[in-house]
Amino acid sequence: MRKKSWFQLGWPPVAVLLSFLVIWQCAVSIGHIEEWLLPSPLRILETFTLPEVYNRLWMHAMATVRITTLGLAAGIGLGVVLAVLLHLVPFLKRGVYPLLILTQNVPVVTTGPLLVIWLGYGISPKVVLIMLVCFFPIVVSTLTGLTQPDAQYMNYLQMIGATKRQILWKLELPNALPYLFSGMKLAASYSVITAVTAEWLGAKDGLGIYIKLSGNGFMTARVFAAIVVIVAFSLILFGIFSLLERFAIRWKPKKGA
Amino acid sequence: MMNELDVMPKLDVQGICKSFERDRTQHEILKNLSLSVLPGEFVSIIGPSGSGKSTLLQLIGGLHQPDGGSIRMDGADVTGRKGLISYMPQQPALFPWYTLEQNVLLALDITESNAKPRGSGARPSRAASREERRELAKSWLARAGLGGYEDAYPHVLSGGMQQRASFLRAMLSPQELICLDEPFGALDALTRLQMQQWLLSLWEEHRRSVLLVTHSIEEAIYLSDRIYVLSNAPAQTIAEFEVPFPRPRLESILDSETFMRMKRDIYQLLQSAGGMHV
Repeated sequence: MRKKSWFQLGWPPVAVLLSFLVIWQCAVSIGHIEEWLLPSPLRILETFTLPEVYNRLWMHAMATVRITTLGLAAGIGLGVVLAVLLHLVPFLKRGVYPLLILTQNVPVVTTGPLLVIWLGYGISPKVVLIMLVCFFPIVVSTLTGLTQPDAQYMNYLQMIGATKRQILWKLELPNALPYLFSGMKLAASYSVITAVTAEWLGAKDGLGIYIKLSGNGFMTARVFAAIVVIVAFSLILFGIFSLLERFAIRWKPKKGA
Repeated sequence: MMNELDVMPKLDVQGICKSFERDRTQHEILKNLSLSVLPGEFVSIIGPSGSGKSTLLQLIGGLHQPDGGSIRMDGADVTGRKGLISYMPQQPALFPWYTLEQNVLLALDITESNAKPRGSGARPSRAASREERRELAKSWLARAGLGGYEDAYPHVLSGGMQQRASFLRAMLSPQELICLDEPFGALDALTRLQMQQWLLSLWEEHRRSVLLVTHSIEEAIYLSDRIYVLSNAPAQTIAEFEVPFPRPRLESILDSETFMRMKRDIYQLLQSAGGMHV
């Protein structure tokens, strides 16, 4: 039953993607498009098998994975703590929350160089940048979950004399968990994109730098190979959070049941 | 009540007044309202909808301070104090992230952890009481026809089953007074009657002081020892009925002439009080 529905959900995007790749392949072969302009899908696949590509690609990918996971973890931690803090101190929420939204209007390409000026060329400015980008969706989603439990539960707990602390642990935090997971999935995608952008702005290694160098050398197939790795990494992160979510939120009614 | 003067009431509400401000005008909800519940007594409050019954329960629960009057329990003034009642709301309000066993023990856990100062209680005794609680929950769930559902989450249960669990949660909480806020209002007629019989049999075995808020005249007569009839807002007690049927109550009283007459009397009172919707 479940397998079948997975298959039913899975085949339309797979079919579209496959036909897109076939059209791409045909267009490149029939139209004799130069490889530096647009490599064919098969050519990109072939690039992965070259030792000098996959060794370096692996090395750069690991550097990206490192700053992404560090930044993402820090962003989630900071986001949850800040959300709980804002929730518990209403004055702080009124004062800080509007400003928090304002900060999201500052583009990453301007924050990045500033962080490099302040924190140097190590991995710290990149980790901090990823953290700053990730923590916003975490704060917003967690805060929504904390402040919007169903009124019947709140009324019940108050009537039996539950303390604020008990209300937080038994109602508000469990209620916020599904919201937190939505936020984490969003943050996961943001984190990879931000990592690559940060590396592009200035780094020794990482997929962003690899793309920049390959692009400069008109080795377009390698650029695409790096893009494939980035997409795969994003998907893996998303998958990890989906699995964690299913494990953590076992109480949810199954769909269609 | 022949002993009314001798017995200290479990709950004694004296001359409660409460108004709320809405749209810049004061709305008087309760006006000089008094009622009492004796130990082990089952008392119902019946009144037109919007007559401030929920406000009354919230005042007894200590959520708000009354503008005037006092609330006493066992003789002590407890006006505005929380955590002294056990409560069953209109919707079951079982927490979706807790198993049935955890849900049924929730009120007990909260009350006990608030009752004793933090840090007291040695670890071994706590572990033992954890086992005892599991046993307690298990045996009560079995008696409520919910055996085998200990580890299930509430969403798999029907509405009637959820209400039974919600009532167990109130029963297992240690407070002597249980407040029931239209507990069967959302159930269909058949399930409702079954629930009333089930509640009655449990209560007659384990007498607690009960204050029931209800819309249903039949329900009030069938279950209670005494009934207060409230007026339209601002609510006052306009009448008090003693229910003469012996316990254990039999279903056959529902067809008796006394029952019918009492039902008609209360109905007429409510109609003259205004706003009874049928």
